[in-house]
Amino acid sequence: MTNNNIKINPSGDSAILVQFGNEITEGINKRVHNLHFMLDELKIKGIIEMVPAYTDLLILYDPLQISYNGLGQIINEEIEKPSKLGTIEQRLIQIPVCYYEEFGSDLAEVSEHTGLSKEEIIQIHSSSKYLVYMLGFTPGFSYLGGMDERIACPRKKIPRQNIPAGSVGIADKQTGIYPIESPGGWQLIGRTPLNLFDPNREEVFLCKAGDLLQFIPINKTEFESIKIEQNK
Amino acid sequence: MMGQIKFISGGMLTSIQDLGRYGYQKFGMPVSGAMDTYSLQLANYLVGNKRDEACFEITYLGPEIEFLSDTTIAISGAIMQSIVNGRPVPMNTSICISKGDILVMGAVKKGMRAYLSIAGGVIIPEVMGSKSTYLRAKVGGFQGRKIENGDLIKIAKSSLMPIKEIPSPLLFIYQSIQTIRVLKGTEFDLFETEGWNTFLNSEYTISNQNDRMGYRLSGPPIKHKNGADIISSGIVNGSIQVPGHGEPIIMMADHQTVGGYTKIANVVSVDLPIMGQMKAGDKIKFKEITLEEAQKLVEKQEENLVNLFSL
Repeated sequence: MTNNNIKINPSGDSAILVQFGNEITEGINKRVHNLHFMLDELKIKGIIEMVPAYTDLLILYDPLQISYNGLGQIINEEIEKPSKLGTIEQRLIQIPVCYYEEFGSDLAEVSEHTGLSKEEIIQIHSSSKYLVYMLGFTPGFSYLGGMDERIACPRKKIPRQNIPAGSVGIADKQTGIYPIESPGGWQLIGRTPLNLFDPNREEVFLCKAGDLLQFIPINKTEFESIKIEQNK
Repeated sequence: MMGQIKFISGGMLTSIQDLGRYGYQKFGMPVSGAMDTYSLQLANYLVGNKRDEACFEITYLGPEIEFLSDTTIAISGAIMQSIVNGRPVPMNTSICISKGDILVMGAVKKGMRAYLSIAGGVIIPEVMGSKSTYLRAKVGGFQGRKIENGDLIKIAKSSLMPIKEIPSPLLFIYQSIQTIRVLKGTEFDLFETEGWNTFLNSEYTISNQNDRMGYRLSGPPIKHKNGADIISSGIVNGSIQVPGHGEPIIMMADHQTVGGYTKIANVVSVDLPIMGQMKAGDKIKFKEITLEEAQKLVEKQEENLVNLFSL
C-alpha cells in the first residue's frame, strides 16, 4: 500500500510499519507523531501499542481482532486528514545537569577536539532546545535532535563498561542522557540528578517522543539536593 | 495465607516470565516475556492457571527446588529430566507436591527452555503491568534478576487440583533441522535478489551468540544492494536483521525496540516459540509464506489453546 510516497507494509503477521520518508527531519518526524496521536485518539480495538521512530510508526496489532486491510484502510484515512499536532501542547522538559569535572570526565577531550573552552561547551550545550525524535536503545533513552555542531565530537575509541545512570554525553552530532547504567562510547560532559526511568514512579518515563528538552546547568550542591529530594 | 518455595540452586538461567510487558515500547522498553509463550501457556493450563500467569523460565540447566508448602506444579517446553524425591516425574502432566518435596531438574535433552508453572501463580508484584523479568534493566520478576541459590519465593496457596495432561497433538516435536516460516521484511527491497535466494535456500546455524535478546546465525552471507544501515526504526519479535557482514540476527523477547539494520524477513508468530527452543548448533531453513497463511496459523493456534483451556 502506498499513499503519496508513504509506504505501508506488514512487519511480520502482527504489525504494520508506516514509513513517511528516508531522512531525519523535523517535518517527517512530526508526521510520525501526528499519526501516532490520531490513531491513539481513535482507541482502535486490536491495536496493542505503537512505536514511533525517526521516520516511521510501527503499529502492533492483534490479527484476531482487526485485519491487516481493515487497519491499513483506517491508517490511509487518517493520513489524509489535516494534522492535529497544532492542537496539542508540546512539553518543554527542563533537565538540570551538573557539568562538574567528576561527572563530565570527557569535557577536556571535547574541548581539545572542538577548540572550545569547557565553559563555552557548557554554554552552547545548555542554550539549545532539543526535540525528542524517539526513544529506544535502552528504556527511556531519548534520541535528541538540534545539537549545535560546534560541539560535535567523535565517540571514545574505547567504550566504557559502566556509564552511570543520568550521564549526559556527546557522540558525533548527537547528545543524549543514559537513563540506566550501561556500557557505551559517548563523550561524557555532565550528569543529571533526575531519574529518566523509574519503574516504581507513577510516571515511569520522564520524556516521551515529541517533547522538547532543555539542559539547565547546576552546581554540585544543587545536584546533591535534587538527588536527595527525588529519592525520598 | 501464601506458600513458599526455596531454590537450593538456581540453575543456569532461571527467571520469572509471563506473556510480556506491552505498552511501553514507545519509551524504549522491551516487551520481554517467555521465549516460548506457547509452552508457558501449556504449563499454566496444567495447573489451572490463567493463560498469562507467570512461570519460571528454566534455561538449559535446571534448578533444585524445595517446596515449603503443598502445591501442584507442571513442566512444559524443553525436555529435561526432572526428579521429585528421587523419582522421575513426567513432563506435560500436573504433579502434586507435598511440603518438603525436592524437585531436581537436570540438563536439557531437547530444546532450550522449560517452563515450571505453580498452581495459582508466583506471588511477586507486577511492574508496569507484568511479572516478566527484563534482566538488562533489572526490571520486574524477582528483584529484577535471575534466580540465585537460596532465593525464597512466595507462591499462591493451593487447593487440590485435578490431574491434567496435554493431548499429544498439541506438543511440539523437536527436530534437528527446523523449518522456520517467514514473511518478507520491511526492507526486503534493499537486498539483491541473489541475497533473498541465499536466505531461502541455505541452512543457517544458531551461533554461540544467542540469548533472550536475539540469535546470531552463521551461514552464507546475504547480499545487500547498498549497505546494511538504515535510519533506526521499530522492530518486532522475530524481525530478522542483516548487518553488513551478511549473517542474519533474529530478534527475540528482550530485543531493543528500535534497530538500525535492514530487515530481510520476519519469523511468523506461531514459529517464535519454536525459535525460543533453539540452542547453539541447531540448524534452521527458512520458508516464505504469505501474510494470510501466517494469520491463519495464528487463528488455528488460538483455537487450539482456547479449546484446551475450556477442557
